[in-house]
Amino acid sequence: METYLIKSETTTLKITPEAYHTMIEHGESGFPNEICGFLYGKYSGDEKLITLAKPAENVKEGDQRRRFEIDPRDYQRAEVFALTEGFDFLGIYHTHPNHPAIPSIHDLKQAMPVFSYIILSIQEGKFDHIRSWQIDDQENKFFEENITNLNQNG
Amino acid sequence: MAKILIPTPLRKFTENNATVEVTKNTIGDSIHELAEKHPGLKKHLIDEKGDIRSFIRIYLGDDDIKSLDGPSTRIEENSLISIIPAIAGGM
Ligand SMILES: [Zn+2]
Repeated sequence: METYLIKSETTTLKITPEAYHTMIEHGESGFPNEICGFLYGKYSGDEKLITLAKPAENVKEGDQRRRFEIDPRDYQRAEVFALTEGFDFLGIYHTHPNHPAIPSIHDLKQAMPVFSYIILSIQEGKFDHIRSWQIDDQENKFFEENITNLNQNG
Repeated sequence: MAKILIPTPLRKFTENNATVEVTKNTIGDSIHELAEKHPGLKKHLIDEKGDIRSFIRIYLGDDDIKSLDGPSTRIEENSLISIIPAIAGGM
């Protein structure tokens, strides 16, 4: 385990089947490139419920198999969307093609507080596993969030 | 007064307020005013030299201030300023 990863059992992340499948389909169809998108739902205390995953464009110039970047204009629209539609803006998802869903040092450098960073590992075009991470209060380590409730009952 | 739209992940430093009003006449002064009002924001907005950090973009309405006059860009009574964190990563 990398030194900037720590474990925690405090945060729970629930994902509706719709949001879950949106991320998987997006991740598989974008392979071998990294894809990315926005996460929306409700935040209450120690629990986050993700009800909507919204694909964004990876605008990274260069090798999109190893990097992603979101256009600042798209980010601005994402904030406005959350405000006008009554969602909490909960975080960002991206894929690691042919790599495990463990955040990299590049992910850490640009991570924002509070946001969930969901990573999907896509192996040879097929979804393999999903994990979610958040930076700690000192903003120099990720802790893992517990993903639950991935069933049809929402 | 002009308003600054705070990105969701930084609202923990503004008592969960999505917008904060500022009174100064330029973008740069307004960002400093915001950081003084909400000190937890400072390290996210301003670097050691007192400049706006390279990891964030500032928009005035729909325009990146880099395409205007940068931090010297003047703001109006009803301006909406957005703070936009760089979202990027990889593996
Ligand atoms: Zn990554």
